[in-house]
Amino acid sequence: MQQKDALLTKTNETTVMVEELSGSEILLKGLIEEGVDTIFGYPGGAIMPIYDALYDYTDHLKHILVRHEQGATHAAQGYARSSGRVGVVFATSGPGATNLITGIADAQIDSTPMVCITGQVFAHLLGTDAFQETDVINITTPITKWNYQVTDASEIPEVLAKAFHIAKTGRPGPVLIDITKNAQIQKVEFEGYKKCDHIRSYRPYPIVRTSYVEQAAALINQAKKPFVLFGQGVLLGNAEKEFKAFVEKAGIPSAWTIMGAGAIATDHPLNVGMLGMHGNYGPNVLTNECDVLIAIGMRFDDRVTGRLDKYAKQAKVIHLDIDPAEIDKNVKATVPVWGDCKQTLPLLTALVEEKKHTEWLSKFRSFDKIENEQLIHPELNPTEGELTMGEVIHQLNLLTNGDAIIVTDVGQHQMIACRYAKFNHTRSNITSGGLGTMGFALPAAIGAKFGAQDKTVVAVIGDGGFQMTIQELGTIMQSGIDVKIMILNNQFLGMVRQWQELFNDRRYSFVDITSPDFVAVAKGYYIDGQKVSERANLVDALKTMLNSKGSYLLEVMVTKENNVFPMVPQGCSVSEIRLK
Amino acid sequence: MEANQDKKEFNITVYTENQVGLLNRIAIIFSRRKLNLDSLNTSPSEVESIHRFNIVLTETEDVIRKVARQLEKQVEVLKVYFNANEDIIWQELALYKVPTEIIAEKVSVERLLRQYGARVVVIRSDYTVFETTGHREETDALVEVLQQYGLIEFVRSARVAIIKASDGFHAKLREFERLEPGEHAVENEYLNKGEKVFTM
Ligand SMILES: Cc1ncc(C[n+]2csc(CCOP(=O)(O)OP(=O)(O)O)c2C)c(N)n1
Repeated sequence: MQQKDALLTKTNETTVMVEELSGSEILLKGLIEEGVDTIFGYPGGAIMPIYDALYDYTDHLKHILVRHEQGATHAAQGYARSSGRVGVVFATSGPGATNLITGIADAQIDSTPMVCITGQVFAHLLGTDAFQETDVINITTPITKWNYQVTDASEIPEVLAKAFHIAKTGRPGPVLIDITKNAQIQKVEFEGYKKCDHIRSYRPYPIVRTSYVEQAAALINQAKKPFVLFGQGVLLGNAEKEFKAFVEKAGIPSAWTIMGAGAIATDHPLNVGMLGMHGNYGPNVLTNECDVLIAIGMRFDDRVTGRLDKYAKQAKVIHLDIDPAEIDKNVKATVPVWGDCKQTLPLLTALVEEKKHTEWLSKFRSFDKIENEQLIHPELNPTEGELTMGEVIHQLNLLTNGDAIIVTDVGQHQMIACRYAKFNHTRSNITSGGLGTMGFALPAAIGAKFGAQDKTVVAVIGDGGFQMTIQELGTIMQSGIDVKIMILNNQFLGMVRQWQELFNDRRYSFVDITSPDFVAVAKGYYIDGQKVSERANLVDALKTMLNSKGSYLLEVMVTKENNVFPMVPQGCSVSEIRLK
Repeated sequence: MEANQDKKEFNITVYTENQVGLLNRIAIIFSRRKLNLDSLNTSPSEVESIHRFNIVLTETEDVIRKVARQLEKQVEVLKVYFNANEDIIWQELALYKVPTEIIAEKVSVERLLRQYGARVVVIRSDYTVFETTGHREETDALVEVLQQYGLIEFVRSARVAIIKASDGFHAKLREFERLEPGEHAVENEYLNKGEKVFTM
């Protein structure tokens, strides 16, 4: 060895060991200091020095080799969403980095804390169209909360600390650090890792204005028909307890966005169901009847609001959000309660009067009754004909009792799973909400299981979406992780087919999708599985899946042309929701 | 949303850290919404190490407010203000290159200089360069005149603007540097309703 690995520096009294380490090793030490235990990644030329260093750190850092870098990002998202910790991704430059884009965009729109580390060509080659050089910083700028290119090893500790601080504080989000190869190799003195707790230009937690909390409480106390809408902000703020205390004291019916599902148990008497395009009947109709709308950690996505100029116009709106850019973005707030809901909710709870809005609540229940009779009951309890997606989820509920983590892909099965899955616990519904990324579920389920090893993780996936990231079966095979995969096969790109049926005169344009023998494919990866299409066999098949040791793939053949209802057609108001 | 739907010229002032890539991060907030910038200037500010962007665009106040919030959300942006033209003092600088022979023959240079408040920057035998500073209409007016005399090159700088009611950024920065945020660092528009200077 030419360079000394450690050198002794004498200070006045003490002798301090200052190590010389490579940028790669400094990075790994930093990750360990940040409490990282699992990394999802894929190696390649420009990140080889980091992988070489990793070889010696496998006692502390578990690396999961995915089959496509998109899978790494979704797995990191699943990990973050089930555990509440930061998901970490490694990828090489060029194609490795560009394969991350979908997952980073998904994490950005769904506020998922994630740190991606990409390798980059040598600094002296930047801008020369070097082999596998892609300008990943500029490509990811619109879809990251923050990103930074490191060209010198000495920058690594500070940049990494900043990355974790930014990813997980305030409104969380994805961060990308691009490290040129020379910086990974370069040896510099390493005096230890210091976590970051302050960036002067970044204020993740606003000071709460008590005057607004007071105004909000006054509105709530006067309200005859208050209505709470809650989103993922409650989960991200770890404020489930504070949220429950608030709605219970104020006695307010509460409905959730799909990102907020599980923040309060499905069976809670004040949980009146799901909002939005395929949400429940009562919450949608009564949005346009309530007098005070209390939005907590949700952002009035267009899939939730439908037509904006006919959305809750009669109501005074109280908006609790940590991100000031969300306030007034889509729906004008009468009272903005800007802050972390973990902090603002208890302040509000202290000021609201104890109430039971029995009559108002019963209004929701009377809508439930209609929805139940016309729609839910037949969907969940058919006695003849082909299997329905709803009954599969219903039977699954009965077996898991609402204790499983349900990871869904995107499409009809997603809406059905979100509508009907039972959640007793927070962080149990993991889905791609904002971006609607097909292919999300399989890798996200892998990550979710790594993030919550004591839980049963069931991935609910369509026959289309499964084929988008089917290769991650290889990740399951190699890592030995236990994920239950349930494919709801309607032999169509169902959600698009539904729109074509309803709005395009049944002109089924390229939604007819054929599939391989999924069970055989799983078997090829040494994953056990079976296919079921008879009602009589469904429960046994679900039991076999849940009781199997290790991963299992259950393909359920369901009705080909079922539609998800209720539905707020695009461009309609939430109160124009259709039951059929 | 109800009020202020009319488009007009707004001046956005952004105080930022000095970091590579930030210009792009700021620019794409506009381009993503298909907003066309009338003018963009980046420069140092009154505080060492703090950068200042002056951005001008014609939009409704509602759009400007939303964009301002998106800007301020960026990690390395410290503060964003937006102001109507009445609330700022601004200048743009323009340079005009004209053939010296024509200018010398055909126009009274002296009259030009006086009338448009222009200064001569360079005189060579082949061309002369004039400079004016002022508002858009003023610099534009001279272009029109010189067009007739063989204007060879014209360039105008981005707008630089000073906010009339601003106390500058020194005190604010001290707030930002504190671990416990002070009011200035986290103030929002609801505190400032009715004030001339908008801040979030
Ligand atoms: C990556 C990606 N491409 C396209 C779409 C558009 N899309 C939304 S749902 C859907 C159909 C999904 O079909 P499938 O996975 O079979 O699920 P199903 O709706 O039948 O339950 C499509 C194509 C998308 N959301 N994501």
